[in-house]
Amino acid sequence: MSNIFADIQLATPEIFVFSMACVILLLDKVTHERMPKASFLLTQLTLLVGLYLVTITVPEGGSIKAFNDMFVLDGMAVLSKQVILFLTFVVLIYSYSYITERKMYRGEYFVLILNAVLGMMVMTSASHFLTIYIGLELLSLSLYTLVAMNRDSDLATEAAMKYFVLGALASGLLLYGMSMIYGATGSLDIETIRSAIQGMESDDTMLILGLVFIIVGIGFKLGVVPFHMWIPDIYQGAPTSVVLFLGTAPKVAAFAFIMRLLVDGFQGLAENWSDMLTIIAVLSMATGNILAIIQTNLKRMLAYSTISHMGYFLLGILSANPNGYSASLFYVIVYSFTSLAAFGLIIMMSRAGFEAEEISDYKGLNKRHPWFAFLVALVMFSMAGIPPTVGFFAKLSVIQALIDVEMYWLAVVAILFAVIGAYYYLRIIKTVYFDKPERNEPITARFGMQFVLSANVFALVLIMPWIGVIMDAVSNAISAMG
Amino acid sequence: MMDDMKLIYLAIPLVCLFAALIAGVFGRQIGRVGAHSITVAGVAVAFALSLYVYLDVIAGNTFNGTIYIWGVSDNFPFEVGFLIDSLTATMMVVVTFVSLMVHIYTIGYMRDDPGYQRFFSYISLFTFAMLMLVMSNNFLQLFFGWELVGLVSYLLIGFWYTRETAIYANMKAFLVNRIGDLAFLIGIAAIYATFGTLDYSAVFASVPEVLGQTIEILPGSEWSIITFISILLFIGAMGKSAQVPLHVWLPDSMEGPTPISALIHAATMVTAGIFMVARTSPIFEFSETALSVVMIIGAITAFFMALLGLVQNDIKRVIAYSTLSQLGYMTVGLGASGYAASIFHLGTHAFFKALLFLAAGSVIIAMHHEQDMRKMGGLRKFLPWTYITAAIGSLALAGIPPFAGFFSKDMIIESVHQSELFGSGIAYAAVLSSVVLTAFYSFRLMFMTFHGRPRMDQHTLQHLKESPMVIVLPLLLLAIPSVIAGALFINPMVFGDYFSGAIFVLPQHDVIGAIAEDYQGKSDLAVVFSFMFHGILQPPFWLAISGIFLAWLFYIRLPELPGKAVALVKPLYSLLMNKYYIDEFNQKFLANGTVGVGRLLSKFGDTIFIDGWLVNGTAKVIGYFSRALRPLQSGLVNHYAFAMIIGLLVLMTWFVRIN
Repeated sequence: MSNIFADIQLATPEIFVFSMACVILLLDKVTHERMPKASFLLTQLTLLVGLYLVTITVPEGGSIKAFNDMFVLDGMAVLSKQVILFLTFVVLIYSYSYITERKMYRGEYFVLILNAVLGMMVMTSASHFLTIYIGLELLSLSLYTLVAMNRDSDLATEAAMKYFVLGALASGLLLYGMSMIYGATGSLDIETIRSAIQGMESDDTMLILGLVFIIVGIGFKLGVVPFHMWIPDIYQGAPTSVVLFLGTAPKVAAFAFIMRLLVDGFQGLAENWSDMLTIIAVLSMATGNILAIIQTNLKRMLAYSTISHMGYFLLGILSANPNGYSASLFYVIVYSFTSLAAFGLIIMMSRAGFEAEEISDYKGLNKRHPWFAFLVALVMFSMAGIPPTVGFFAKLSVIQALIDVEMYWLAVVAILFAVIGAYYYLRIIKTVYFDKPERNEPITARFGMQFVLSANVFALVLIMPWIGVIMDAVSNAISAMG
Repeated sequence: MMDDMKLIYLAIPLVCLFAALIAGVFGRQIGRVGAHSITVAGVAVAFALSLYVYLDVIAGNTFNGTIYIWGVSDNFPFEVGFLIDSLTATMMVVVTFVSLMVHIYTIGYMRDDPGYQRFFSYISLFTFAMLMLVMSNNFLQLFFGWELVGLVSYLLIGFWYTRETAIYANMKAFLVNRIGDLAFLIGIAAIYATFGTLDYSAVFASVPEVLGQTIEILPGSEWSIITFISILLFIGAMGKSAQVPLHVWLPDSMEGPTPISALIHAATMVTAGIFMVARTSPIFEFSETALSVVMIIGAITAFFMALLGLVQNDIKRVIAYSTLSQLGYMTVGLGASGYAASIFHLGTHAFFKALLFLAAGSVIIAMHHEQDMRKMGGLRKFLPWTYITAAIGSLALAGIPPFAGFFSKDMIIESVHQSELFGSGIAYAAVLSSVVLTAFYSFRLMFMTFHGRPRMDQHTLQHLKESPMVIVLPLLLLAIPSVIAGALFINPMVFGDYFSGAIFVLPQHDVIGAIAEDYQGKSDLAVVFSFMFHGILQPPFWLAISGIFLAWLFYIRLPELPGKAVALVKPLYSLLMNKYYIDEFNQKFLANGTVGVGRLLSKFGDTIFIDGWLVNGTAKVIGYFSRALRPLQSGLVNHYAFAMIIGLLVLMTWFVRIN
């Protein structure tokens, strides 16, 4: 309580985003008819200013805590927030034409997005179970609503309902786990919990039970097997613009969430959670890659692909050392941008009344629009992890992390499933280049979006020379954690 | 000064490479005149510089050093380096001289060919490769040059790539050389494994240290490592220098244009094996087993290939079998430790055999690409220059003094006579009897082609005329060394200490030293005359004379005799006509056998095992899992929640239980 202003200063970006969300909510009532673009532009402005504010509020010397140790600002939080804000900014560029054409353009859409962003920012900066939970719920509730945004679509409503029911279950389990940890350690503060665990037996039943419940909560958030069931239905049912958001920024937030809970809080139980994550990761890589093969719907295929990617992402974390955490952070950032491009392409191919969701819609794309076909090919190469795309280096870094801790068998399993995964990514390329086109109407997309998307896709390859810089930034962020 | 010489060494091969690239890549732009001007100029420069280097080496300046390191792996440097000593310098002069002659000759010979520029590009590239081979100071670069000359040989045998026989011949040459090259490569690997380096001087210096080492190739049979390495290297030489049984590609290589037969398949590339063995004499000297193998293989080649030369009717094939036989002579010389004699013969043979091939080419042009000697005859009136030069070549080949071949061949025969190694008796008998055969087939060629009455049709007869100057000039220039090279170099090169730094001979194997004792302290001229006088009293000379006499008897005096002789020894004749059935054997057993094994592997290994089980099998299994797992995603939210709860329970029981 000593210096409330210093505390507030640290939380400036969060406070700014929240205020702007309120402003937009009110303003939209006025401008919706006369200046329909205002809400969109204001939101983008908010994200950019937020990004700027995050960048200038870098803590000096590692990490600073605030608000009675409930809030922490460190390198990892700053980097995660930057990535989240930037991803959301690009997501909205891609979404704009999609939501206007489908009559989903409402002030609430942007307010919900901003609230979700706020929730994610709170999660990344949380150093207390309560803060974590508040951030998580803020994010989740906004997402449930966003999925249901297209009120006339039965599929979307059903997806939102499933997401909500399962999400509530997962939140309950997470809360239950937290309460058990509280029972075992007597605290909700992450740092206190860590030191309490160090003084206890590592096979304390109460602790293990609490950990299992928390892992389930995390697993649901990430969408890993066997807590992944919602992913395919939601990816398919929700509006593509929402999936675009849901599949990118929250993954980065989930990384921060795991770092705060498992690495910061349960350092003493690393052996246990590492084993649990191993099981989950193997199941996810297997289920995701194998089930993706028979999908005919591109969005659903990408959903299973996400599941397997989250399995790979866990490989770095479960190696339980700073190099592994850096590898995972790098992986999730790369995955987010690749996935952004993939869903961006789907949006670009679609128009009102026609969703380019089926894989067969992409047959012979090369003959209709060679440039888009080339973009699709690059994105799929990056997803499959084929050099020289950045996706290759992401996979390489997590597998390297496994080799460093001598988990050779897991590395072999990961590579085997990557080979299986390559099949369905390459099949898309085959469809695009070698099949006969079934449709021949011209593809129309706004030039601005084409430009940003092309830049996005090319970044997946052209970033190569600077990959060292990114790796350094990532490992600095990890080493600057509290 | 040293750096200047380095630049010269580097310039010699590179100028040829440069010319080859220009003629090859920009052939269309610079046209025919441009292509032959630049390549002839390139090789002329290389020849002039080689002569300069040769004189420099005679003056006592040798060089051994790295020019460029192009890669390092595990601290092992991959180097381009030159070793310039008497052996290298001799080879450089021979290679660039013959190459220059062939370049000039080609201007006339290939005048009407659409692939003119391509041809010049190839022969310049070949000169570059051959120079890199002989100038190398390490085994890796040797292998590089070795493979590159093989590649160009392949390209040139198949130069007329629309002819089926040419394609068959170049494939055959390539495949047979693979066998030799594989052994050669294993030999190089064995050298690296034994000595830890591929540098000549370092390897040669440490040969005496590994004499006792053995290697177990098959369980229970121990080989001396030196013998192992020597024999592998020699198998490589057998491929390149066409020794029995890897000789089968050389006769077929005559499908290539005649200048190539002269340059690559007579004078230079096929002698690379001889050069290599001479170069690695410090290794071979320590293995008497290997030397015996070399001598016996050489003797077999010399004798049996000379026999085949007797019955050929194609003018180029007679010379081709003669080349095989002469390569056999050189190999025998190597086996007897008479390295200097072999290199001496290599040099003189390069001149007179290139001369013979080019003369044959001149005949072939005059005959409108007719190569069958039975349709020739009486050509000496029409082709006087070709006749004279071919006669010089044949006299040199038959070993009649004072022509070059007499000196070098006599040295080899004497060396074998002096040798006490296992097999030297048989080898001596083989090389002696081959002398008759050599004289017989070379003069059979002369008589059938240039003497007697013309047997060609009227049309050809009316158009017979001497070849143009660009063709005759190289013949004359090659005729000069074919006459004088033997007398000129026998004392300084063979009896002197010219090769002392380059070739190593153990005292107990020093056959040339034993011969040289008779000529100690005499002047060059005195040595030449006493050597000739001595030679005339020896069997080889009289055997050669009798061979020529027999040829005269058979083909001029009593032309019905050959037919009777054939009837008398019919089975032998058909054996020779079918080249001992070696090609049939190879085709039937080796080629078909290999193809059969390939088919089996393709069917069971590839189609059934890899494709069927591993590739499609995995795909099927995964596809099966994929379909089997799919119903789990039922779309019912209670099932989803159930899955989560199950997951929770499993994790819970597992981790609480195991603790």
